Amino acid sequence: MAERKEFKNKRFQILSEKPVNRHTYLKDWPEVGITAHDGVNDPKPSIKIENGLVVEMDGTRREDFDMIERFVADYFIDPEQAEKSMTMDSTAIAKMLVDICVPREEIIQIAKGFTPAKFKEVVTQLDECEIMMGIHKLRARKRPGNQCHCTNEPDNPVQMAADCAEARLRGFDEAEATTGVAPIAPLNSVALLVGGQVPNVGLLCQNAVEEAVELQLGMRGLTTYAETVSVYGTERVFADGDDTPWSKMFLASAYASRGLKLRFTSGSGSEVQMGAAEGKSMLYHEIKCIMLTRGAGVQGLQNGAVSCNGIAMSVAGGVNSVHMENLVTAMCDLENASSNDQIFSPSDLRRAARTFPLMWAGTDFIFSGYGCMPNYDNMFAGANFDSNDYDDYLVIQRDLVVDGGLRPVTEEEVTAVRNRAARAIQAVYREMGWPEITDEEVEAATYANGSRDMPPRDIRADLDAAREMMKQRVTGVDIIRALAKTGFEDIAERILKMQIHKIAGDFLHTSAIITPENKVLAAVNNLNDYQGPGTGYRLQFYPERWNEIKSIPQESSPEDYE
Amino acid sequence: MQISQEMVQQIVSQVLAEMKAAPPQPSVSAVLAAEGKLTLRDKGVAQKGTNAKEVVIGVAPAFGKNLHYTIKKLPHDQILREIMAGIEEEGCTARIVRITRTGDLGHIGNRAAKLSGSGIGIGLQSKGTIVIHQKDLFPLTNLELFPLSPILTLEKYRAIGRNAAKYAKGENPTPVPVKLDETVLPLYQPIAVLLHNKEVLDIVHRGDDIELEAQFKE
Repeated sequence: MAERKEFKNKRFQILSEKPVNRHTYLKDWPEVGITAHDGVNDPKPSIKIENGLVVEMDGTRREDFDMIERFVADYFIDPEQAEKSMTMDSTAIAKMLVDICVPREEIIQIAKGFTPAKFKEVVTQLDECEIMMGIHKLRARKRPGNQCHCTNEPDNPVQMAADCAEARLRGFDEAEATTGVAPIAPLNSVALLVGGQVPNVGLLCQNAVEEAVELQLGMRGLTTYAETVSVYGTERVFADGDDTPWSKMFLASAYASRGLKLRFTSGSGSEVQMGAAEGKSMLYHEIKCIMLTRGAGVQGLQNGAVSCNGIAMSVAGGVNSVHMENLVTAMCDLENASSNDQIFSPSDLRRAARTFPLMWAGTDFIFSGYGCMPNYDNMFAGANFDSNDYDDYLVIQRDLVVDGGLRPVTEEEVTAVRNRAARAIQAVYREMGWPEITDEEVEAATYANGSRDMPPRDIRADLDAAREMMKQRVTGVDIIRALAKTGFEDIAERILKMQIHKIAGDFLHTSAIITPENKVLAAVNNLNDYQGPGTGYRLQFYPERWNEIKSIPQESSPEDYE
Repeated sequence: MQISQEMVQQIVSQVLAEMKAAPPQPSVSAVLAAEGKLTLRDKGVAQKGTNAKEVVIGVAPAFGKNLHYTIKKLPHDQILREIMAGIEEEGCTARIVRITRTGDLGHIGNRAAKLSGSGIGIGLQSKGTIVIHQKDLFPLTNLELFPLSPILTLEKYRAIGRNAAKYAKGENPTPVPVKLDETVLPLYQPIAVLLHNKEVLDIVHRGDDIELEAQFKE
């Protein structure tokens, strides 16, 4: 419980004050769906197909389907494959998931014929180690990636641009902003758009705001991907969001029409958080979301409880079950941004136990995201890992010979890119006629750890500018022009390259990222081909990358002691 | 359009389901709240206001009815009083409406704003989560949102009422500052789930927005 309890026994008193006890643990309440994967109404797998149409799924007849079941039955399930897959023994399939001799393609084909309950029956047979083996083999892109949050409490654009530049330097493939106050959204997008392209080209940026605004920002070329398109496992939660699976699919097409990369977002716990789980478990609902995403033709999904980490992880088996949902996502041949994002516990041991298995297995985006600034600036309500954890993370990559997506950096490199990003955003604000960014702010952002090191800014003036730029229909091209006119041609050029990607469309393929060399890596040209030792992505095949990971600045060499 | 036996059955079962979901509402939904200090008297279906200086406070289905305290154990009568006082301090008037068809904060706030003569509304859930809304915004966006109810104090609720009134007067106030506390989420998110699952038990399918009269007892 949230209230502190006093103990007479001194050991109990000490234990009660440990960070692990600053999270609330819930007893299962399966009647409303507060349970990892044992809801009172979770159905048993079944399917009936007549004339190529699913007429019964998991014990529900077609006429009783809710809209999600209907969507999944019609757009996910391959009726021909279902005839075979649904008769296969679930334990035998579970064994195939961890068998290195069974290739990825075979599992993906079988899974096309699963119902939600069949998925659940298969993956709940795996233990933690086997789940990770499954993800290691089944994730879409060969090279794992990483994504960061980039926000700050006062929505300070200078710090945001500098943080984003540093994030790219440190190796992130994607960065996402949100807002402290909603109407500032377009200016936060500009900060990421500009800052993110300072060290090199290729950082994909999005802004997690209300869906219609988010689409507008994308259509104007102020963002380069989108992720905050949420889907849910029950009809009522969809209705609360004024949505249906079809409206989400329509939204997805709107992004595709502008060449913008998109993934959906879901995660265990959202239905029960909204009070609408109908006595079904968190995992069961989440599996429907994953299938719905695939059925909508969207290339990827952010899941792994995400904003509901604190809920999923308050119940018994919560972390284990959330890892299962990441596995199901990979089984559906979707890009997976595997959460590890929202803070759920201040216990270092618990957040490590929740996170590192996925780093070792490797996912398309291990974090979605990792806080690239201190947690007090995280407007996603706090991240599981933040800038204070950079060195731990880098050393753990080095310890375990694992590519977690980050690279060691020096203070000089970081200072250089932060300063350049701050000056670039200063120039853009001046050129666009937005509230002045002073030299003092540029200097502060260059060396800041967070907003507590920044001079205060008048948020009202920035808000006025944000509203005005939306009225004036400012687009990414205006930002490119402003940079080119003020001596930042290289950054302008890189933002232009990012816009050109939207026309070429290569980065619409599953699991796409853009390398600093401006090359798209996706599950088409970089498909995960893991089949045991000697295959797949391993650092021994990439000696340059291993050299980068292992060469942390803290290393002592023999010459240091001559 | 052909009417088949199947369609008739479907319609009948739909109507029956709706009847089941929406039991006849008692004329007085008033229940003594938090130590008997708050009575919310039911005044019938809420109408759109004409007073350009009013702010409508939309409360969630169980507010002051089957739930009486926020997640931080602040009594509902006290937070409601603070919000109303904040609105009145700015020379505006507060009107209270219970939104019965949804527990979603954005929708509650937006419905309240649409009923408000000024176009400004406040959405308030039983667990204390609160939003300032404007009638022309998308339901899931807002003027100011306070998602972390455990860190809200009575002073904050009053300040939120004041800011809502300032928007109603056409001003552009500085948003009420909220200090982030990243230790709050792990402690309170699971409790929020418990409370919200209780809140939604009081949702009335397609229910009307109900005008309420608040009576406070010392």
